[in-house]
Amino acid sequence: MIEIKDLHKSYQMGSNSLHVLKGINLSVGDGELVAIMGSSGSGKSTLLNILGMLDGADSGEYVLDGVPIKNLSETKAAQYRNKFLGFIFQSFNLINYKNAIENVALPLYYQRMPRKQRQEKALQYLERVGLKEWAHHLPSELSGGQKQRVAIARAMAAEPKVLLADELTGALDSVTSYEIMDLIQKINDQGNTILVVTHEDDIAHMCKRIVYLKDGVIERDEKIEQVRAESYVQ
Amino acid sequence: MFSRDTWKEIFEAIGKNKLRTFLTGFTVALGILIFVTLFGMGNGLNNTFEKFFGDDATNIIRLFPTQTSIPYGGYKAKRQIEFDNGDMEDIENNFSALIDYITPRISRTALVTYKEESDNYNTRAVAPGHQYAEKTIMMKGRFINETDLAEKTKYAVIGRLIERDLFKDDEEALGKYIDVGGSAFKVIGVFQDDGGDNEERYMYIPYTTRQLLEGNNDKVAQIIVAFNESIGYAGALQFQTKLDEFLRKKKVISPEDPRGIYIENVADNLKKNQQFAGALQLIISGIAFAVIISGVIGISNIMLFVVKERTKEIGIRKAMGATPRKITGTIMFESIFITAIFGFFGMIIGIVILNLIQGETLEENYFITKPAINTGTAVFVTILLIVCGAIAAYVPARRAARIKPIVALRDE
Repeated sequence: MIEIKDLHKSYQMGSNSLHVLKGINLSVGDGELVAIMGSSGSGKSTLLNILGMLDGADSGEYVLDGVPIKNLSETKAAQYRNKFLGFIFQSFNLINYKNAIENVALPLYYQRMPRKQRQEKALQYLERVGLKEWAHHLPSELSGGQKQRVAIARAMAAEPKVLLADELTGALDSVTSYEIMDLIQKINDQGNTILVVTHEDDIAHMCKRIVYLKDGVIERDEKIEQVRAESYVQ
Repeated sequence: MFSRDTWKEIFEAIGKNKLRTFLTGFTVALGILIFVTLFGMGNGLNNTFEKFFGDDATNIIRLFPTQTSIPYGGYKAKRQIEFDNGDMEDIENNFSALIDYITPRISRTALVTYKEESDNYNTRAVAPGHQYAEKTIMMKGRFINETDLAEKTKYAVIGRLIERDLFKDDEEALGKYIDVGGSAFKVIGVFQDDGGDNEERYMYIPYTTRQLLEGNNDKVAQIIVAFNESIGYAGALQFQTKLDEFLRKKKVISPEDPRGIYIENVADNLKKNQQFAGALQLIISGIAFAVIISGVIGISNIMLFVVKERTKEIGIRKAMGATPRKITGTIMFESIFITAIFGFFGMIIGIVILNLIQGETLEENYFITKPAINTGTAVFVTILLIVCGAIAAYVPARRAARIKPIVALRDE
């Protein structure tokens, strides 16, 4: 699903440049649930941004579902993001003046799906994250966990190839975090490919594979025995 | 771009961001409102101006005989020039193609009496054409006609205020006889005039009657010549010069003599007045335009603020797959929609205000008559503001659409 070869990225900080990614090689298969771990400054967020086409790499190869991602125009990148990727952010990033169902329907709007169909699909995904009754509430009326569920529903609504989650539990307490991870695991069980960036060990161990990043290179890449979040819930 | 969904998105963004919508709309509405009101007032001032100076006909040349100052053709200096009936006939015959009408004016003050009431009034002995020269408006009865001239009738056309002064208890003046300096005159008409109170305390009589009363002479004090308006301003000046030459030759006055005959061309005065009024309008237009400019700057600022405020939202939308074009389009349509609605709203309010404030008070205290703006100008300026608003929105919108989503998302 994801093929990365010798990926480099540096940022210009005034007169000196900061080399963040120093040759990353990574391959993620269909249906994997991968955690990318590392301390701050390890380059994990940068890697995720490049994977999400939110930022471009300096050199190296990136192939997503057989499509080479290189020198994309903004318009093309937007279309690919819409088609291939679903984002889940630490700070949820819901549009605050749109209610839950409208937020979930947003990627579908950019797919030019007719309104009625959009609403139906959005409601369907809200039901899957257990928030059908909250469809017409504004984000300000939802708890942190509920907001993240809406965000997950939104990320999934467009039926992307890969879900990218950036510290998705960073703003949540541990009980809520496990509930969210439980949801992520169930989504993964249905065959969705998911990448989770985190610095929390317990969250990482709820994935199936952990990629350790340190100073811009992959330090370790191992398959692990998945801890089911279910056991922590209730 | 104009799909129902796009509109729905725009309406939603407008409806759910009321303060922002209000701020933008208020600036636009206020700008247009001030422009329309100011411009309308300017037009009102102009109207007053035209009323002040437009009381008399504009196609008129007045000829006044005066004393000569240079000896010429065997005559000494300080000779008093006089006009008579023959001069009028000669002018008429020589310039018949250029002349609309010609009338003398012999002014005399006379004690006028009716029953117990009497006062001194200015009588003007004239020909029928004088009615057009002064734009005298008949309220009842008629003005002096050719038959009156031929028969030297003792008929008088009196001003509205003379009737009010002399005929008490709303007595009808028409058909009554009044004593004018010792002779009985029949009132055949009552007139009004836009020139103000003094103009309505004049009395018109046939000039032939005046000449008869003054020893059957043929002197006319002043000659008023109305030229054909089709000759234009340049033609009028030319005609004036020819008239001057003609009379100097006839009356044996040196062409170099600054005196002898004095000619006043109303068209000349009118041009100056129009220039003044034009300058006034230009200044007001300048101020009004400055208001529009500051309105545009206001919108630009708000749009800049709006885009800044929405940076994060733009980032989210981009992450969800919004193309830069879609983002620019949405922001611009929103701006155009708001400026259009509020712009026309401000325009309507402005026009309503102009209609409400017009009246006697404004006219008498501030010299503003019938303030109004023509719809074309108002609509043009509104559209101008909408277009400027769109441009003002385009620049920050385009920049916002170009921000990397990751930068936009980081914005708090």
